[in-house]
Amino acid sequence: MDNPSVRHEKRPGGDAPPAVELIGIDKRFGPVHANRNVSLAIGKGSIHGIIGENGAGKSTLMSILFGFYAADAGEIRVNGRKVDIKSSGDAIAQGIGMVHQHFMLVEPFSVLENVVLGAEGGALIGPALGRARSVLERLARDYELDVDPDAIVGTLPVGLQQRVEILKALFKGADVLILDEPTGVLTPNEADHLFHILRGLRDQGKTVIIITHKLNEIMAVTDRVSVMRRGELVATVDTKDTSAAALAELMVGRSVLLEVEKGEGHPGATVLAVDHLTWHDGKGVARVRDVSFTVRAGEIVGIAGVSGNGQSELLDLIAGLKRPSQGQILLDGQEIGHLADPARLRELGVAHVPEDRQARGLIMTFEECESAILGWHNDPALGSSLWLDRERVQNRAKADMQAFDVRPQDCHLKSAKFSGGNQQKIVLAREIGRDPKLLIVGQPTRGVDVGAIEFIHRRLIELRDQGKAILLVSVELDEIRSLSDRILVMFAGEIMGERAPETDERELGLLMAGVRPGDKPEAA
Amino acid sequence: MMDQLQLIGEVLASTIRLSTPLILCCLAGLWSERSGIVDIGLEGKMLAGAFAAAAGAIFFQSVWIGLALAILVSIGFSLVHGYAAIAQNGNQVVSGVAINMLTAGLALVLGNNWFHEGGRTPPLPDTLRFMPLTLPGDAALHQVPVVGLFYQVFSGHSLLTYLTFSLVPLSAWAMTRTRFGLRLRAAGENPHAVDTAGISVSGLRYRAVLIAGVLCGIAGAFLSTSLAAGFIKDMSAGRGFMALAALIFANWRTWPALWACLLFGFLSAAGNVLQGTTVGGVPVPVQFINMLPYVMTVVLLAGFIGKSIPPKASGLPYSKDR
Repeated sequence: MDNPSVRHEKRPGGDAPPAVELIGIDKRFGPVHANRNVSLAIGKGSIHGIIGENGAGKSTLMSILFGFYAADAGEIRVNGRKVDIKSSGDAIAQGIGMVHQHFMLVEPFSVLENVVLGAEGGALIGPALGRARSVLERLARDYELDVDPDAIVGTLPVGLQQRVEILKALFKGADVLILDEPTGVLTPNEADHLFHILRGLRDQGKTVIIITHKLNEIMAVTDRVSVMRRGELVATVDTKDTSAAALAELMVGRSVLLEVEKGEGHPGATVLAVDHLTWHDGKGVARVRDVSFTVRAGEIVGIAGVSGNGQSELLDLIAGLKRPSQGQILLDGQEIGHLADPARLRELGVAHVPEDRQARGLIMTFEECESAILGWHNDPALGSSLWLDRERVQNRAKADMQAFDVRPQDCHLKSAKFSGGNQQKIVLAREIGRDPKLLIVGQPTRGVDVGAIEFIHRRLIELRDQGKAILLVSVELDEIRSLSDRILVMFAGEIMGERAPETDERELGLLMAGVRPGDKPEAA
Repeated sequence: MMDQLQLIGEVLASTIRLSTPLILCCLAGLWSERSGIVDIGLEGKMLAGAFAAAAGAIFFQSVWIGLALAILVSIGFSLVHGYAAIAQNGNQVVSGVAINMLTAGLALVLGNNWFHEGGRTPPLPDTLRFMPLTLPGDAALHQVPVVGLFYQVFSGHSLLTYLTFSLVPLSAWAMTRTRFGLRLRAAGENPHAVDTAGISVSGLRYRAVLIAGVLCGIAGAFLSTSLAAGFIKDMSAGRGFMALAALIFANWRTWPALWACLLFGFLSAAGNVLQGTTVGGVPVPVQFINMLPYVMTVVLLAGFIGKSIPPKASGLPYSKDR
């Protein structure tokens, strides 16, 4: 209790012990040292942010607190008492609840059934369902957490599913609520509403811990923030005493350019013209509806939107992975939509960096040099018609690795062994290596560390300045705004409108939620 | 008229008899798969149960000990499957197939070694079988029209059959209304949700395969001590697979599973009655008649399978890492 190294971490709030204290937490996964001697105290009734790059150990730390993993060393205290948390059940019993990044919901179950799962209180579920119904009514009143208790969870939009996750935790009596990357699937306006709910929870005495890699969220909602880097907790500061730039520097260990330096664009001739494009999925649902736009040489057109609004399908259509139901795709005036042949399109100068690099960009079990020539394996420069010349393949891979600063520079390493950022560099190097006219990029920096984000962003700007036409799809609105020359917003398969990159985030957010200017905005 | 009613009654009574092992296996598959464990070894467990029941009844001169042994042996194989699938994250289809092959061979080898009758057990006397029970009032009312038909269909089945049919509502109730059922279904849909709710996924799944073991054991005992008198090589005759088909047909729900099993049982019963029929003066070979239920199974499944949605996590080993 009188550990001096912990004591100075205590926050205002009188002499009450911190809601949660982690002391000397250490955790290894094989060779990976995920948490190194992490000590942290979180004050009761506060919103505490934990920020760090991918793989910095934030999620591991919170998974230990929630009993999902056991720490190799260290101690956990809740309200000043040492506790032994061996399972999620133990954590729940200590009043700790967690909203996971990937929701832990049973989709065919109703909201009520999801809420009572694990807290049935008896061998029959009937009484628990009745109890949950009245508790949910109360929580909806107190915290603006309305949701239909009888709705089937799988049919609810993600924003409401997240609400069900929060309700689950509160129903089980959580006083400490951990949220892991809670805004990844939300529109900016939904995120704002979530923050509003979290502030309400805090004001009622709950303690909220948010794990995120988004600096602006930390600045917007937290009272105090801890920064993690490579498994270590490098700083804990009051949010009001810090800035986004200072936190970014702490995260990466060096100063980072948060804003991409971008000169004036000089757009030239139209390279890509998409004309009244529509695509129906197997069930006959239009996932892309009557989409028209152009991308000119030397400009980046960004497509903003919450994931699942037709952006992925649009990318697939342009890349030749899907055949349009209606409409045309023109490359330099030539119709390419009917080809639906990625190899042919690649020859015509269309480069594609897919959204999911691990599933579609690389073959994870292949060596780097093999992944680095995917799609180019018939290139005469790499061998004869029958055989690949391994030496030439390796030379190309090595040259690409050097040009894109891929680390480690070992082209015999399995693709899976590279970090997210390096994997993305491998894909990018392969795709732009043959001087394409058009580059279509999906989620270029998803799961990529801050250092590599900076590199990739600079590369994309360079390509634009070389006169390439670039179509960028990203769910990161900041990325869209800082890279694009023009922004299109997609919602439910339609283009809601075009905006300049300087446009106010709230206005873009409304478009992303399907509200056109002139429509009556929803009461947020 | 009377003859036709008589025939219908016979077919329906036979339907109930032949559906019994299907229903037991189908419920076994239901509990196992709703928890996320695919069980293709129903057939093997039933066969092992059938052999254990017959051999046990002979050795210990008690059909009840035979039944107990059938359940124990079937549970044993269930736990092997559970260990492979739950603790070792093994491939559940491979493990199930292995159990089918192992049990078919083991029953033969042990039977031959113990009884020297080419793998079969000696025929069981009636005292070592589950014999038909007569419902009260049967003797008096059997000849009365309509009421008599009722008795013809529902009277005269073995205790195990009555037990089986009472297990259906019990199973449906337990699956939907109890804490155990809720958690088990959740484990088959999203085990991560179960784990983060502080419930052991392994524990639930072991209990599910245990239930499957008990049910397959009873099914096996029914085959060798009620439907037949003694164990014969391969006497399960694909019923475990038909039960799996019924399970898919029923979309992994209890009541529809009952109707699916009754339908398959009816096809088998009708097949037996139709033996010796002629089409245009040419006798239909008995093999064709025997094929009928299987052909209908294929046709029904091919026609209706499009709609069935299995539990999302069935067949997938659970590990914390996603």
